[in-house]
Amino acid sequence: MSRKVPLFRLSVLVFGFAFLYVPILSLIVYSFNKSRLVTVWAGFSTEWYGRLFENQQILGAAWLSLKIAAINATGAVILGTLAGLALARFGQFRGRTILSSMTTAPLVMPEVITGLSLLLLFVAMEQIIGWPAGRGVTTITIAHMTFTMAYVTVIVQSRLATMDDSLEEAAMDLGARPAKVFFLITLPIIAPALLSGWLLAFTISLDDLVIASFVAGPGSSTLPMVIFSKVRLGVSPDINALASIMVLLVAIGVVIAGILMSRQEKTRQRDMQMAIAENQ
Amino acid sequence: MTGRAESPTSQRLSTGVQLILRVLHHFAPHRWTHARLLKWGVTGRTLVIAVPYLWLLLFFLVPFIIVLKIAFSETQIAMPPYQPLVHWVGDKAVNLTLNFGNFLFLLEDNLYWKAFLNSLKVAGISTFFCLLIGYPMAYAIARADSTKRNVLLMMVILPFWTSFLLRVYAWIGILKNNGLINNFLLWTGVIDQPIVMLQTDFAIYVGIVYSYLPFMILPLYSNLEKMDLTLLEAAQDLGCGPFKAFMKITLPLSMPGILAGSMLVFIPAVGEFVIPTLLGGPESLMIGKVLWTEFFNNRDWPVASAVAIALLIFLVVPIVYFQRVQARETGGGVHR
Repeated sequence: MSRKVPLFRLSVLVFGFAFLYVPILSLIVYSFNKSRLVTVWAGFSTEWYGRLFENQQILGAAWLSLKIAAINATGAVILGTLAGLALARFGQFRGRTILSSMTTAPLVMPEVITGLSLLLLFVAMEQIIGWPAGRGVTTITIAHMTFTMAYVTVIVQSRLATMDDSLEEAAMDLGARPAKVFFLITLPIIAPALLSGWLLAFTISLDDLVIASFVAGPGSSTLPMVIFSKVRLGVSPDINALASIMVLLVAIGVVIAGILMSRQEKTRQRDMQMAIAENQ
Repeated sequence: MTGRAESPTSQRLSTGVQLILRVLHHFAPHRWTHARLLKWGVTGRTLVIAVPYLWLLLFFLVPFIIVLKIAFSETQIAMPPYQPLVHWVGDKAVNLTLNFGNFLFLLEDNLYWKAFLNSLKVAGISTFFCLLIGYPMAYAIARADSTKRNVLLMMVILPFWTSFLLRVYAWIGILKNNGLINNFLLWTGVIDQPIVMLQTDFAIYVGIVYSYLPFMILPLYSNLEKMDLTLLEAAQDLGCGPFKAFMKITLPLSMPGILAGSMLVFIPAVGEFVIPTLLGGPESLMIGKVLWTEFFNNRDWPVASAVAIALLIFLVVPIVYFQRVQARETGGGVHR
């Protein structure tokens, strides 16, 4: 029995990960294909990478998307941290249930609904108070912040729930004010969670097509919008090249994060041993 | 315990923050703003709650009220794409008689009914297959050695970090008539005619299962990983076979994970737009696609709003249910 079960688990994992990774690998392999017909192999070539970097439309859209993603992620982390802090540390307060449902609903809300409703809000606001004048980077950023802050809230809230709050209590007992306790104790401890929240918000924003399409104005086409209008007409090899570059960047990021995390884990373990040694 | 153990590292981290704080503290404005805010009865606590609260109220809740309003407004006058709201300032009584027009239109036209039912069907079947593939994977990862576990988990999350749009796009190259699968099958001689897979419902199922699989695996994993394995040992000691032990213990205990994962897949899949547009055929009816077409192609904002409201009504029960599960989960705390 002890032999049979691991075999089952192994095959499940092999099959499952093949399903997850073969499509991504196929994108990369075909990005080096000479043929324009993407899936018909005609020899190795890096032609499409050259073409990609000549495509001003894609480069411009990529730059715009990166800008929006960075601003969005920063805003989402601030809002999400506040919401997560309120939900995890403030106990019962008036409106807690509403706040908690407003931060979890965007996680599953179909994007077409979020996109449409935000656009109608922006149009109504423009008519009533004259802001935001027209639609573009500002409206896309606001829309993205609204639904990515939900992810940050969940991450921060669950980090705070598992965090040992005796340090916070000790600081409070010693007379530190709540704001000081937050900046000196809580924030450094949850910093890794905030970083992963920032990265998640960044990635989601960079990837969003539907909501951005609704709230974008003329001249503010983000990268997913440009990609979508291209792939709607069929496969195109320079999109494969773009995909490969994005996969490479993500892989590099993950490796760096992995190294940093294991290094941090080692320091933590060393600190722990030192603490134990000191106590003895 | 962990807090104490972490303290030397966090101390080092916090000295930097401390420095910044000290600099900030010497700024006079910080002091008088604080005093003034306190005079107004605004404490830090209220601000922490109020800022995200007001933000979400304005950008998440109020928009739905506007959608509802526009869904009840007249269609023809709304045809100019950028000024659809002009007429709802008008006479309320007149408006009210025309109000349900958009919803009646949805009810009368078979297209919308079919799209709604088909979306529910597609999302339901996709959720089932996600569970069928995701459960064994989550189980295998949760029962792997602790060293491998993190790497395996990382591998599940990794595709999620790469562009969703491009991962869906990858399937076009795999499923089309001269794509990867057909080329392979033709080459091995299993078939002599390419199988039509792209632009069929099959392609939509593959796309949804593929894209949403991590959302199924993660909550299942965090549930299965927490499970008390001594229960299984006890069952085995009492003569229970592995299959029976799974059915009697593991499966019932993992029900919260199954439900959370299923909601995370089902709800967004019902309103999915990108996957049916890129992988499905032109006649594939999904409600997200219908809403998009009404809005962007027909420029009929009131009908698009009515579709959104109807979709929300369909989804309100699963969404509220998901929130309950989510609130319980984050309270106990294992989520990425």
